[in-house]
Order: sequence, then C-alpha cells, then structure tokens
Amino acid sequence: MAEKISRVPVREQDPARRATNFEEVCYGYDREEALLEASRCLNCKNPRCVAACPVGVRIPEFIAALHRGDEAAAAAVLARDSSLPSLCGRVCPQETQCEGACILGIKGEPVAIGKLERFVGDWKLAQEPATAELPPRNGHRVAVVGSGPAGLACASDLAKMGYEVKIFEALHKVGGVLVYGIPEFRLPKEQIVAREIDQVRRLGVEIETDVVVGRTVTIDALLDREGYDAVFIGSGAGLPRFMGIPGENLNGVVSANEFLTRANLMRAYDETYDTPIYVGKRVVVVGGGNVAMDAVRTARRLGAEATIVYRRSEKELPARAEEVHHAKEEGIRFRMLTNPVEVLGTDDGWVRGMRCVEMELGEPDASGRRSPVAKEGSEFEIECDVAIMALGTSPNPLLAATTAGLATDRRGCITADAAGATSRPGVFAGGDAVTGAATVILAMGAGRTAAKAIDEYIRNK
Amino acid sequence: MYPILEKRCLAEGIWLMKIRAPRVARAALPGQFVIVRTDERGERIPLTIADFDAVEGSVTIVTQAIGVSTRKICALEAGEALADFAGPLGHPSEFVGMPMEELRSRRYIFIGGGVGTAPVYPQVKWLREHGVEVDVIIGAKNRQMLIYTDEMRAVADHLYIATDDGSEGFKGLVTQLLEKLIAEGRHYDECVAIGPMVMMKFVALTTKKYALKTTVSLNALMVDGTGMCGACRVSVGGRTRFTCVDGPEFDAHEVDFDEAMRRQGMYRTQEQRAAALAAEREAGHRCKIGLDK
Repeated sequence: MAEKISRVPVREQDPARRATNFEEVCYGYDREEALLEASRCLNCKNPRCVAACPVGVRIPEFIAALHRGDEAAAAAVLARDSSLPSLCGRVCPQETQCEGACILGIKGEPVAIGKLERFVGDWKLAQEPATAELPPRNGHRVAVVGSGPAGLACASDLAKMGYEVKIFEALHKVGGVLVYGIPEFRLPKEQIVAREIDQVRRLGVEIETDVVVGRTVTIDALLDREGYDAVFIGSGAGLPRFMGIPGENLNGVVSANEFLTRANLMRAYDETYDTPIYVGKRVVVVGGGNVAMDAVRTARRLGAEATIVYRRSEKELPARAEEVHHAKEEGIRFRMLTNPVEVLGTDDGWVRGMRCVEMELGEPDASGRRSPVAKEGSEFEIECDVAIMALGTSPNPLLAATTAGLATDRRGCITADAAGATSRPGVFAGGDAVTGAATVILAMGAGRTAAKAIDEYIRNK
Repeated sequence: MYPILEKRCLAEGIWLMKIRAPRVARAALPGQFVIVRTDERGERIPLTIADFDAVEGSVTIVTQAIGVSTRKICALEAGEALADFAGPLGHPSEFVGMPMEELRSRRYIFIGGGVGTAPVYPQVKWLREHGVEVDVIIGAKNRQMLIYTDEMRAVADHLYIATDDGSEGFKGLVTQLLEKLIAEGRHYDECVAIGPMVMMKFVALTTKKYALKTTVSLNALMVDGTGMCGACRVSVGGRTRFTCVDGPEFDAHEVDFDEAMRRQGMYRTQEQRAAALAAEREAGHRCKIGLDK
C-alpha cells in the first residue's frame, strides 16, 4: 500500500514573490506531511540509500521512527551519523545520493529523504536544549581551525569525548561557508545556522573569531606555546578562481565569493548595513555549480536581469537539481554550451558585455563528463554590466606556507589520509581543505572521522 | 571586542588610535595590515598597521575620515571598542627577511604621503632598531596636514618635508624633492613609498628614471582580507595578484597603477550615496530626494 501514495509535495514560497526577497524558498513539511511522506519508505532490507549516503546515515531507521510519530527517536538515529541534519536536509545533493538510490525512484518518485531529515533536524533545534550530559574533561586540548561544517563536526565530537576544544575562526562570524557562501534563502542564518552553532557551544566548545591561523597565530605556536595536543584543520577552500581571459580586472567583474560574501556575510542587501554591493542591471554568472546558482539568484533578488553562462549542457550542470529548478522558476536565464573568451569594457573601464563562443560536447574527460569544445567561428556578444565568476575555489595556501612539514598536493590541497592525519604528527585535516570544494556532508563526515583519529592519537601519545 | 586605549588627533580628520589586540601585537611585523570593523553593521576595512607593541599588547592604527566607515572608526572614543580587529594580514616588508649584513649595506629612502605616512613609521623604526640608516620624505598638502614628523625625526637619519604650499619644508611634490636629493648626490638602493595611489604612481615613474628599486604598499578594496573575495586584484608585471595575500607590498615598477586606481573607485558612487544617507540620518530627517529609496 505504501507505494500508492505519491511523494508529498513540499510547500514553497511563490516564485514571483521570492525573487524579490531573501526569505527561505522552501517551507519544509509540517508534521502531518512529514509523517505521511515517512509512510512511503519501504524500509528495505538492503537499503541502497544508506550505501549512497557519504556518511551512511541510517535512513530507513530514522524514517521508521518518524513514521511512528517519535521525532525524538528519529533525531537520535540521525545524530549517530550526522551532526548537522537541519543543514544537510537543506543543502545535500540528495538526487545523486540517498534519493538517487531510493528503490521507489525507479518507477516513481523517491522518498523525500532530504525533506524528512530537515523536518527532524528542525524539530530537534526547536526543542528546549537538553542539558548536555558531558563526560568529565580529560585534560587534553584540541585546536580546530575554521568554523565551517568540518570544524563544527570535529569540535562537537571531541567535546563529547571529553576534550577541551577551541575553534579559531578567521572571519568575524562563525559558520564558514554556511554564513559567507550559502544564501539566506537556502539556509536561514539565525533560525538554523546560529542554532546549530549554539548547540556546539553548549557542548563546551569555545570559539575565538578574528583569528587568521597562519598569520595571527601559527599552528606551531598552537602546539608548542599554547599547549594544544592536536590541531584539526578545517579551513575550507576559499580562494576564488578566475578564467584568465582579457578584461577580467574591469570594474564590474567579481568572483562569486566576493558577491556572495558581500550579500550573505556583510548583509549588503540590507541598507542598514554599511557594506556596498554592485549589482547593475544585467548580470551574467559564469559557471554551473551551486555557487553559481546562489550568485545568480542573489543578483535576481537584488533586482537584476540574471543569466547563467555554462560551457557544457544542462545535463552536466553540477548544481543540485532543486537549485536549477528554483532558479528557472525565479526567471533566471540559462545559456548552456556557452563559454566567455573576453570581458568587454567601456572606455572608462566598466564591464559592458562578454564575448562568448558556442561550445559542443566532445569526448569524455577525466571527470567522465564530455568535455566542451569551442565551435569554430561561433563568437557572439552578450550585454551585461556585471560579470560574476563562479568557477570553483581552491584551498588557501596560507596554512601550508606557515606550517613546517605540512604537505600539500599540486592543487594546493592539504595531504591527509582517510582518517585525516596529515604529514605532520598531531595535525589533522578534513573537508574542502583536503578534497577541494565539495559538499557540506562530506566535510562534516571528514570532521567526525578526524575526531576519532585525534582521540586515538592523543591516547597513544 | 577590542578596546581603544588611546585616541589622538594628528591633523584635521586624521586620528591615531591605539587598540588593545594582544594576539595581533605579538605577531605583527612592519608592512602588514589589519581588518577593522566598528560594529555589527559595519564594513570590514583594511588599515595598514602604524605601530605595535607586543609587551603592551597594543596595535596603533591611523585613520583618515573620508568614507562612511572611516568616519565611524574616527567617531569612536578612547574607552570604547572596535567590534573586530583581525590580523596581522599580508606579507611583512621584504627587508624583514633579508640577511642583516646585506640589509645594513643598503640605503633606504621612504616616502610617506598624507595618512600613508603612518604605516611608513613602523618600517623606519624597525630598520633603525636593526642598525639600518634610513632617510624619510613626508609629504602633505600643508603644514597643518603633516603627521608623524616628531616620531619620524626620532628614528630617521634625515627627515625631509614637502608641502604643496611650502608652509613647511620644500615647496612642491615628494617626487620633486626626491629628484632634488638625488641631484644633490644622495644615493639610495631602495625607495619605499606609501600614500595615495596617484602619489605612488608618480613616485614609481620618477624612480624608474633612476633605476631605483621601489616598493609600494597598495590600499586596494577588500572584503575579507584573507584571499577569499578577490576584490583586491591588481596587475603586477602582467599577472593578476591579490593585494591581501600576495601583498600588500609590490614592486612599484611592475604595478598597473591606472587599473588599480580605477578599481579603487568600483564602489565610489555607492559609497557617496551611503555617505549622503548617513548624513541625512544624522540630520534626523527622511531624505526628500529619494536617496534612501
């Protein structure tokens, strides 16, 4: 009977309205909807969804608990594998992970695992915080560099094991990419991110902002002078890439990181904040990932006519399907198989357009995707006054440059084994700093794995 | 929060503030900068460090009230505090890492223009403390706008002053004074210039004639100051560099100053708009010409 109910639709803010505000797009399920959707899960013996989850969340188990109406039990199941369910429910690419593997998806619609996870995560956040039962402090101290998903997850787990943990954050606000990168309309800052961080603080984790590790204090100083037994690096991949085409330093060309940091971290869209943001009338965002979608939808909300330019076809867009769908609903234009070759400027140095070429898909490249090739003689111009480059990011070289004996690979990523151990004893790393830009859930998973390795390292010291 | 230990007016609209920031003070070296934020709604503003005292745990900044945010910084009083004070950021000056013997054989000329004179001070002081003799040129519009003359006199071998109107020292531009010194037979191995972008541009053009190696400290626009945003992109020797993590000091003869000046103006109209709005708010009435729309 379970199969007969179709996937419970989720309520969303009206596209025309939300294209003018920064409130969350998706309202999520209410209790009735969540319980009904939970009833669709077949509770498979060999759950393919669990195998497809990067951290192996026991999905059928939490859904079964929810189906019984026992949110607390569902939250407890989630907590065993995920420290940030409210976040992952919102930002995980479910269609290529759990939901992509769901058996119901073969003939119909998969169970809305993400929305259910979000429901349980939000339920947990809304509860009166249980006075955390913490084990007695074990007398050892661990420093965590960066307060993004990897750092928060690592710090929580270590605190629960009895370690005294301090997170050092370079920016003035805690949360890393959750606050500077992902926009409010996808991940509410006060309601969700701040509360998740509160939970980490409640475990006794201390957070010091305005500390740029590598400059304000080095990892060596943390270990030798400040008495930390180990350090976890979860500093992310924050360095924006540019295309290296002519005209890229014109006024009006910005990285998606800059555009989003101004909007999200600095709240430039709110006139009571001092940080300016330049939006122009026509914005072109180059790239096809989640960051490109975030930037183009932010530009739209700030009143611009906004277009995505991507060199492959729609099928290859790396962004979550839901974000692409939402972007289209909001009136974003998509110009696929298009690649900029030059940013065009006015006489006084401002962007006036982009010279592009049409692309076609050739042989599959190293990533398995068909690589785009420029069509001979297909050059054309697109008019725009702002060009946003969303071409990916790489790890900041600062930590590797200022820490003796910390190995990195050719892309500047910190070299770490599966447990998170780096080339430097006592120094562990995980998340985007190791893998290059990836997902919140992978970073969280890496932070938790490293916490176990740090515990083992300190015990055997 | 970072308490303001001391506040002093150096010239009209130019304020010195000593900030309690022990971590920054301990790590700071000449040439580096900090990111300052006054309050929850404030901008992140990069300021080059004007002095630091690791023992006292203090860092000195000098700010000229020109935009909304610098005005906000200057409006704070001793006893109040800055919301954020992150640093030290960027690379220290190149000479900090030079072998002492080589360094002591070199003769430096520093040029400080306007508020840019302040960040020259810790460099000259550091060199003096390490036994290197340094000459300094300070330039300002007029006598009233001169800053750091006494402090600089105490650490410089020779101090020369240039004012546009001749109200003190040499009448004319710092570049003219530099050429005069060279004509008089003074020899320098390196010039370091910090000041308005246009001054640095003309210092670079002047020293190029004499093949005098010149370093400038760029005050590009920044958001985070740690390499994340790329707002501070600058072309140096035909390559794009980030002022915050690759600089802030660069070889002046390689910098594309025209581009750098243009990029500084990226948000100017908006800033002006914001300044007008702030003035309106201060005056206590709603804007009638729609600036707040």
